[in-house]
Amino acid sequence: MSRASDFHVLIIGGGATGAALAHDLALRGFRVTLVERGEVTSGTTGRHHGLLHSGARYAVRDPESARECIEENFILRRIAPDSFELNDGLFVAITEEDEAYLEPFLEGCETCGIPTQVLTREQALQMEPNLNPKVRVAVRVPDGTMDAMRLPLRFLATALSNGAVVRPFTEVVDLLRRNGTVYGARVRNHITGREEDLLADVVVNAAGPWAGRIAAMAGVDVPVRPSPGVLVAVEGRWTNMVINRLHPAGDGDIIVPQRGLSIIGTTSWVVEDPDHLDVPPDHVRRMFEKGAEMVPAVGHARLWAAWSAARPLVGSREASTGRELSRTFKCFDHASEGVEGFVTIVGGKATTARAMAETTADVVCRKVGVSAPCRTREVTLLPHTAYYDLLTTQGF
Amino acid sequence: MRRKFRVFRYKPGWSRHRYETYMVDLPDTATVLEALIHIRRDQAPDLTLRHSCLHGSCGTCGMRINGRERLACLTPVAELPDPITVEPLYNLGVVSDLVVDVPAFYEKFTLIERPLLRRSEAPAQGKPPEGIPAFTRLESCIECGLCLSACPVVATDPYYLGPATLAAAWRLVEEPRGKDPAAILALVDDPHGCWRCHLAMECSEVCPTGVHPARAIVSLRAALSAAPKTLSQEENPTHA
Ligand SMILES: Cc1cc2nc3c(=O)[nH]c(=O)nc-3n(C[C@H](O)[C@H](O)[C@H](O)COP(=O)(O)OP(=O)(O)OC[C@H]3O[C@@H](n4cnc5c(N)ncnc54)[C@H](O)[C@@H]3O)c2cc1C
Ligand code: SF4
Ligand code: SF4
Ligand code: FES
Repeated sequence: MSRASDFHVLIIGGGATGAALAHDLALRGFRVTLVERGEVTSGTTGRHHGLLHSGARYAVRDPESARECIEENFILRRIAPDSFELNDGLFVAITEEDEAYLEPFLEGCETCGIPTQVLTREQALQMEPNLNPKVRVAVRVPDGTMDAMRLPLRFLATALSNGAVVRPFTEVVDLLRRNGTVYGARVRNHITGREEDLLADVVVNAAGPWAGRIAAMAGVDVPVRPSPGVLVAVEGRWTNMVINRLHPAGDGDIIVPQRGLSIIGTTSWVVEDPDHLDVPPDHVRRMFEKGAEMVPAVGHARLWAAWSAARPLVGSREASTGRELSRTFKCFDHASEGVEGFVTIVGGKATTARAMAETTADVVCRKVGVSAPCRTREVTLLPHTAYYDLLTTQGF
Repeated sequence: MRRKFRVFRYKPGWSRHRYETYMVDLPDTATVLEALIHIRRDQAPDLTLRHSCLHGSCGTCGMRINGRERLACLTPVAELPDPITVEPLYNLGVVSDLVVDVPAFYEKFTLIERPLLRRSEAPAQGKPPEGIPAFTRLESCIECGLCLSACPVVATDPYYLGPATLAAAWRLVEEPRGKDPAAILALVDDPHGCWRCHLAMECSEVCPTGVHPARAIVSLRAALSAAPKTLSQEENPTHA
């Protein structure tokens, strides 16, 4: 049996997925280098809504994602203490139609193992006095708020402490290939302006919505659809719990409190190029309108910021809105298409990054013939501030 | 709208920085950060800058915009006159273009070991559900370094703890969360600690999240004056 330390794995992409993977592989003993074209988490990850998903949102229509979310939610609470606003979430029924969704919703949650507590209007208003007083019934679930950048920084910090190398501002401009095998990447360091070749036994494409572009460098196709959504932050912390609309997932139906802000999201469409995202003004207006149906005060709150981020969804080329695509993830070993040494991990959620990393690291182990168990369920992550301390020692 | 940007450029090995001018077409609602991302995408692929959240929560996009410390993601281009000059923060050291030496910020900030979570103060009337003793939230300070860049004392005293660190210290004294406030007070009770500040308020003026470091420093001084004399005060009678 070979040893993990005999192998070098190059990870492309410093988002939640790449960060969790660097941590997993470093713990298993691999030599790991992660490259990111900008600052880490500058892709989709830093921009996301900040919801530590309970999975309840997907329980009825996408039970596979829902199960992944609740399992990872509980693991993250354990390995990343002090990272989350753990105030739970409410699914609120405002209309009669919403209320009719209660039964399938509770059934879905039960099937997926998501704990629920049904609350009366009065109970819900006591917890969250700014809820729409028309609320008919509410369901409490274990949602939470995360800091979209600082959780991945904890994965990266721990990876650094276990010997991984992290190189921000380093962009992959091509993959190195010989006889159908990917053996590294040509990277450009945007700080020094220099290009160099990084050799690796396995290259993992964790480039999120850009994964299609990296895969094309290896001559393979991955069915990733960049699917943007608009998020709107308003001034004021109008609730402490995450507020979701009790209905099938739609636009503007989640409000995530974070620090002194309330963040309303989101919408969903599909684009070709994740580097060309706009913030359509009608989407921003819709966030205010839909948000106000659950918490009227957010409708009059001052706009703090509006922005877009692209989901890296896995799906067919035909999808038009992105909502019909599953929120689960997929790991492709491109050996099945005749390309050795190259793996793509894409899809999922920031909440499920650890699970995505576990699956991918298992594939890497199998490819190089190493037997090393995953330990990321148990190891407590270093604080996010350790990332910068440890990066200094690498000569940032 | 078509706008003119003057962007500070510097790379390791250059003898000095220079300014490059870029013309950019932008939607009316664009922020300075979006403009810089467009410039990097279409005109200057080697331009380095930091960004993550795009809504003032991560603290990575701090820079000087027309001479003033701001978060680029919260600064609408429409508010600013042409040309829009963009420069890196002061007092941390420039690594490349708009990227400053972030580890230098954390070197002092982490002395305090302030937890990221705090008690939530709003909305005031909300009662947490069974099983949650008190609502919590993430601390307001997003570690952006704007206050350090604006502070005249940081510019002249390399040992000064600085506004962000002192504000974090006050948060622990205010809400100890199991830590020992006396140890924190002893740490800031130093000629390079809370006594060094001129109280000119630049830090509080530029802070994007209302942390108000200057007020925190006043509170630390008040707490130290009220507290029984600490060891370090006895050793350094000059600033008792
Ligand atoms: C609007 C919206 C809201 C969301 N809300 C939530 C939420 O509340 N909770 C949740 O759990 N999930 C949420 N998600 C999903 C979550 O954000 C993503 O699933 C996750 O962040 C994807 O992470 P990633 O690492 O796979 O991709 P990314 O974060 O995009 O990382 C890929 C990285 O690769 C880099 N890269 C690209 N090309 C190159 C190259 N050539 N060389 C080097 N680096 C390269 C990019 O710069 C990028 O940083 C949301 C998504 C969207 C769009
Ligand atoms: S008030 Fe004190 S800490 Fe703040 S900028 Fe002025 S001197 Fe610096
Ligand atoms: S105190 Fe304010 S300005 Fe200073 S680092 Fe924290 S958030 Fe930024
Ligand atoms: S990008 Fe996060 S604060 Fe500006």
